[in-house]
Order: sequence, then structure tokens, then C-alpha cells
Amino acid sequence: MIGSLLSAEHLVKRFGALTASDDVTLGIRHGEVHALIGPNGAGKTTLIGQLTGLIRPDKGRIVFEGRDITALPAHRRAILGLARSFQISSTFLDMTALDNVALAVQVHQGHSFRLWRDARTDQTLRAPARAAMEQVGLISRCSVMAAELSHGEHRQLEIAMALACAPRMLLLDEPMAGMGPDESRRMVELLQSLKGRLTILLVEHDMDAVFALADRITVLVYGRVIATGSPDQIRADLEVRRAYLGDRKAA
Amino acid sequence: MLNGVQFGMMLFLFAAGLTLVLGIMNLINLAHGSLYMLGAFFAATIEHWTGSFLLAFLLALPATFVAGVVVELVVLRTLYTRHHLDQVLATFGLILFLNELVRTAWGSTPLYISIPPALSGSVNLFPGVGYSTYRLSLILLGLGVALLIYLLVTKTKLGMLIRAGASNREMVEALGVDIRLLFTAVFGFGAVLAGLAGIMVGPILSVESGMGDGILILALVVIVIGGIGSIRGSFVAAMLVGLVDTMGRAFMPTLLAALMPYSVAGAVGPALASMMTYLLMAVVLFFRPQGLFAAQGG
Amino acid sequence: MVSMALVPIFAIALGKPFYIALVSRMLIFSIAAVGLNFILGFGGMVSFGHALFIGLGAYVVGLSIHYGVASGWVHLALVIAITGVAALVIGAICLRTSGLYFIMITLAFAQLLFFVGVGLKQYGGDDGFTFRGHSTFAAWLNLGDSTTFFYVVWGTLALTFLLMYRFVDSRFGMALAGIRLNEQRMQALGLPTYRYKLAAFVISGVVCGIAGALLANLTQFVGPAYMHWTRSGELLIMVIMGGFTSVLGPALGAVLYLILEEVLSAYTDHWQLMLGPVLIVLVLFARRGLLGTLQLPPRWASGREK
Repeated sequence: MIGSLLSAEHLVKRFGALTASDDVTLGIRHGEVHALIGPNGAGKTTLIGQLTGLIRPDKGRIVFEGRDITALPAHRRAILGLARSFQISSTFLDMTALDNVALAVQVHQGHSFRLWRDARTDQTLRAPARAAMEQVGLISRCSVMAAELSHGEHRQLEIAMALACAPRMLLLDEPMAGMGPDESRRMVELLQSLKGRLTILLVEHDMDAVFALADRITVLVYGRVIATGSPDQIRADLEVRRAYLGDRKAA
Repeated sequence: MLNGVQFGMMLFLFAAGLTLVLGIMNLINLAHGSLYMLGAFFAATIEHWTGSFLLAFLLALPATFVAGVVVELVVLRTLYTRHHLDQVLATFGLILFLNELVRTAWGSTPLYISIPPALSGSVNLFPGVGYSTYRLSLILLGLGVALLIYLLVTKTKLGMLIRAGASNREMVEALGVDIRLLFTAVFGFGAVLAGLAGIMVGPILSVESGMGDGILILALVVIVIGGIGSIRGSFVAAMLVGLVDTMGRAFMPTLLAALMPYSVAGAVGPALASMMTYLLMAVVLFFRPQGLFAAQGG
Repeated sequence: MVSMALVPIFAIALGKPFYIALVSRMLIFSIAAVGLNFILGFGGMVSFGHALFIGLGAYVVGLSIHYGVASGWVHLALVIAITGVAALVIGAICLRTSGLYFIMITLAFAQLLFFVGVGLKQYGGDDGFTFRGHSTFAAWLNLGDSTTFFYVVWGTLALTFLLMYRFVDSRFGMALAGIRLNEQRMQALGLPTYRYKLAAFVISGVVCGIAGALLANLTQFVGPAYMHWTRSGELLIMVIMGGFTSVLGPALGAVLYLILEEVLSAYTDHWQLMLGPVLIVLVLFARRGLLGTLQLPPRWASGREK
């Protein structure tokens, strides 16, 4: 797909009798916020899994920055600049919030085989970590154990960790899951601040957020892409309304 | 070679209980070997008192069952929800305890069970090839039990419950089945299998404290190769291991002797033979880290 | 740190030579326990076969002396090289699995080496062999003298502590902790986790190998019994008993375990009868081990900002 930073071509993934991804083709343009929506069980997380390399597709190709990365393992893709946040918060619970982000920075920098110097005093790690924490608004919670963070703060930490890797592209899997209205608003503000600076693939259920942020939207139902287009186009699309929005007027 | 099959059968009996408990209750029980040992000791004692192998057989089985249930109730219940490491350590402690207990109760000298007269002697399998009747009966017994387990698990309601309980505990409980009773029953069944192996092996090997340890390790290899939770897997793996081990021991020295001076072959041979089973395991794991038949509840 | 202060006190109690040897033994196992904990407590890998590295180290020393090589430096080099390579090979295979499989396969490997030892009839097979002589490092350093030996062991333990503390706080340590806490996440961040686990495994194995070399020097005996799986089990007990969340914990556990062993066996021949239930109770109720339950949050996860 020309002009795409990341594209998935005809991806197919089956788990036994269940087809989680059915000939999915999708292209994300450089610099855009692209939202992926669909009812539960539509295969969104499976798709992210395939894009990031934790799941191998049965068929199809994934291309990032012109490179075929279909066979590349997850950690190599992360090094190439594809960062991801998880739907179910996946942080290092027994470490402080800052440690979490510093670890992300460390992994990104690549020199983890150092055995002598104290990593916690290493400013080449701490400084970028603090910067990322600042960006997501968690700077006051640096020394708190990750296990003690609130749910919303956890989601923010997830983003901080993804940002710490100075990624070319972010894949965010339901960053607003389980958030209350205030927290959601803050998250939308955060994402808006990132808009334009980073390419983002956003998987979300929260329609307000999606329509506020997305440049383009793809709708996934039962593993198949049923529509791709601008928010207005999607709002107006009859099939989408039937399958997903439930035919009510757009929010 | 038939010895290999026989060994494999006993190994299967032992391993089946272990993998069953592991696959269904997610409990790794290192003391399984101790139940095997207890079975043998019970049988030995009864046989000495009564002189009848049959009686020993009939009485030692339920005795082992009871022992298993006691162990389960007292120690293992709390371990179901624990991390595997905890289970390993706790059951390891159990082994130490039971080994010492047996030594205290029965002393350190090994006991011997005599082969029942009905099963002694040998059978002519092919003209000129005789094979110990007793060992043959072991093979047949093993096959019978394997078939029994297969029928039990796939055809009966109980079997279905077990398999359901393995994949979805809460659901089964919601259906009104007391899952803890079920688990105890499964564990008891596993204990009986171990005890059975112990009893049957008694006449061939000596009955002593710690006899369960060696077979435990082999059983772990069997489970790893066969796949945790898979009875079919343990059967195949047990056969493989039994054959590889026995044939390795038998042929390795001769094989090596052809390649190097006899003295070296004599020294290295047995060592290499024992290595064969582990090599097998390493090879299998290399290609299929989950074992040959990844768990599907039997 | 507190326990470090205790150790010299033992040194002063030179009253009975027996005690010096006893405590030397405790310290040797402390080294091994701390080595094991590098991958267990910090790396999250439970190895049920680490006694094999102890045995390997012991065999290297024993065989070297048997064949007339007495130089301590050569011993050290050989121990590091051989246990390192062994750990590399074994780790490479075992680390393709995890969790329970890993426990079982490490156990199997330990048994494998045990049988190899048993099969080596010319070196005593099952019974092992005794030898006379020690690793010679310098003319004035006579490891045959129990006091000198004690200090050498003590020094090695101190060095091990130092190294471990640095490793744990280093980038490598942080990566290892990350792998322990959430391996998938580490991979998603971009770390090829396998090689880090392998490196940790090798380090851990070499440390145990060195402990084994010291053990051989102490007992003047080498045998497959050092590698029996129950010894690996004992090592695990020591680590858990002392607390696997800190660097010092396992050392404490080793000392405690051996004290317990001494005391109980003085009481009765059937001391193992007690050991089993003690272990069970320990596992059921004091999961974090002695140091873990007494201490504050684990050192390596502290939120200290510098």
C-alpha cells in the first residue's frame, strides 16, 4: 500500500474453527491516527497481536516502512520502532513506575548486557524516562510501585512505556478500557497531544474518543474489514450502522 | 526387548497417575514415588504374613488408596492453588518424610517378595524363545489397565466429569459436583496406579526405602516427552523410554566395544546408556517443547 | 549486611577445629545458594538441578589433583571454563521450556550427570574417590590449613556478595527482573529474552561450580553423590528458607539449613523425619522465607531515587 507506514495485506488467522482474522487488509498512513473499531470478539486484539509479532498469521503479509516484517519476532519489531500498549495492563508490578519506564528506555537503547554500573543512577536512562512520565502526566507518581497505581494511571504508564521507546508508530490496544469520564478525558487530551507527531493505530470502544481523535476509521466485524474511511464516511455507512453502531444517530 | 516393553508398562502405570493429577489438578506430586514405595511395602508385609501374593495384591491396593487419600487430605489440598515451585518443595519434603518413615517402620534392609507360583516359570513365545511368565503378566496387566483408563475417561460419565473439571472447574462446581471430592477421587486413583506398579514390581526388584525416587525421575521424563496431562502421551512416551533405556543398557556396551577398547566401553557404556533416555528427552523437547501430545485432558 | 558481621565472629571461635570446618561448609553452600538465587529469585527460573554444577566443580578439582595438577589457578580456570560450557549447553536446551517443564528438565539433566558419575567406574563410580591435596594458589596460601581455608572461603563469599549486588542493580539485573516479572512485555519492548536468561544461567552455574571446587578442597572427596537430585533439592530448600527475594537471604538459608541438619542429627538417627514436615510447613506458611518475611520490600525493587 503506497503511502502507508504500516500495512497488513490479506491476513488470515484461525484458532481451530474460529476465524479471528478473515482476509484483513488495512493500511495506516504516516502521521495519522487510525482507529480500529468493532464489536467484542471481532478480532481486534488478534490483529494487533499479528501486527506486533506475538501471533503468527496463517496467511498474509505485514509491511512496515516498506519492509516485510511478517516473519520478524516481536522484539525485533519493537526495535524497528513499532511500540505497543496492552489491553490488559502489562507492566512490571514489583517495580516503581519510573523503573518501569526506565526499563523500557534501557531495552530500546539496547545495551542491557552491562553488569557493573548501577542502572538506577544512569541518567541516560532516567532522564528520558522522566520525560516520558512528564508527557503522560505521571511525573508526580514516579516512585510509586506499579502495583499501587490506580487503573487510569496504569493505562498512562502503559503509554509512557511505549513512548519511552521513541517509536515510529504506536499501537494502542484500548487505552481507555475501564476508565471513568475524567480519566478518559485526560487520556484523550494526551493522545491529542501526540497526534501529528506520531502515527497511531488506536483500538477503542469509546466512540466519543474515537470520533474526536481519528483521522480514519476501520471497522472490523467477525474478523473481516467491513469499512474503512473518514469518521463522517463511517458514520454514514449503512452496513456499519447496522452491524455496530446499532442504527442510532452518531454520538 | 520384551523387558523394555515390560519396563515401559510399569513406567506407564506410574506415570499415568502422575500426569493425570498434574493435568487435571495442576498439581505436581513428587511424592508419587512414595506411594509406589508404600504399595510395594504393604504388599511385601502382607505377603510375608500370609504367604499369599494374591492376598497381598488384593489388600495392598486399597491400603495404598487410603494412604493416598490421607496424604491428599492432610498435605495436598492446600497446594492446589499454589505455585508449582511450592508444590515441588512441599512434595519433596513429603518424600524425605515418607522415606524416613518407611525406614523407621520397616528398617533399612531391603525386603523381597517372591513371585507367585502361578506366575513363575516361563512361557514359550516363539519356538526357542522363552520369556518369564511373570514379566509377561506385567505386560498384559499394563495393557489391561491402559485400556481400562481409556474406557473410563472417554466413555463413562465420571471420565467426562474429570475432563470437564480439568478445563473448567467453576462450571463443574456450578453443576453441583463437589470438585474437591472429585479431586480426591482422582488422586486416590492415581495412588492406586502407583501402588499397583509398586506391588507388581516388588518381586522383580527389591523393596526398600527410596525405591520410588529413581522411577519418579524417569516418570518426569516420560511426562515431559509425552506431554503433561495426556494419558495417551504417557503411554507412548513410557514405551519409548522403557525400550530406549533397556535396549540402551543391553546393547550400548557391545556397540561401544566394537568402537573402542573394551575397558573404556565397560566404563562408559552404562553411563551412556542411562544418558540415552535423557538424550531422547532433549531431542523431543527441541522439536516439540510441549511434548509429543500436548495436554488435552487425557 | 548484618549477617556479614556475624561471619568474622565465627572465625574467632577457633576453639574447636571441627567448627571451623563446619562453618566453612556452611559458607561454601552459601556461595552455591546465592548463585542459584541469581536465576531463581531474580530471574524467576527454578532449577532443580543446580547440584550438578557443584559436583562438576568438585570433579574438576578432584580429577586435576588426581592427575597431578595442583595449581589453584589452573583449577579455577578449568572450573570456570567447564562449568561455564556445561551451563551454556544445558541452559540452551532447558531454557526452551519454562515453568514446570523447566523444573523437570533441569532435574533430569542433573540425574543425567549423576549417572555419568556413577558410570565412571575408574573414578570410584557410585562411591566416588578421595584424594589428598589442595588447590595451590601461592606458596604461602596453604588451603590444607583449616583456618586459612576458612578465610579463603569467606573471601570468596564476600566477593560473590559484592558481584551479586552489582549485577542485580545493573542494567542486566534490571532486564532480568523485567523478564521475571513479565517476559512477554520485555519481548514486546524489544529484548531478546532468551540470551539474557541463558547468560544468567551460565553465571549462576559457574558460581555453583566454584562452590563445588571449594567443597572438594574441604572434604578431599569427590563423588556423584554431590550431584544427586536430592542435593539439588536441598539447595532449593536453602534458598527458599533464607528468602529468595534478596541477595543475602539464600546465604542465611544455607547456614540455617546446615545448622538444623547438625542439631537434628545429633538428636536422632531419624532426623529426616523432622526435616520433611519442617519443609512442608515452611512452604505452606512462610513463602518468602526467613529474610523475606522479616525484611522490608525486596532490595532490588525498592523505589529509591538517586
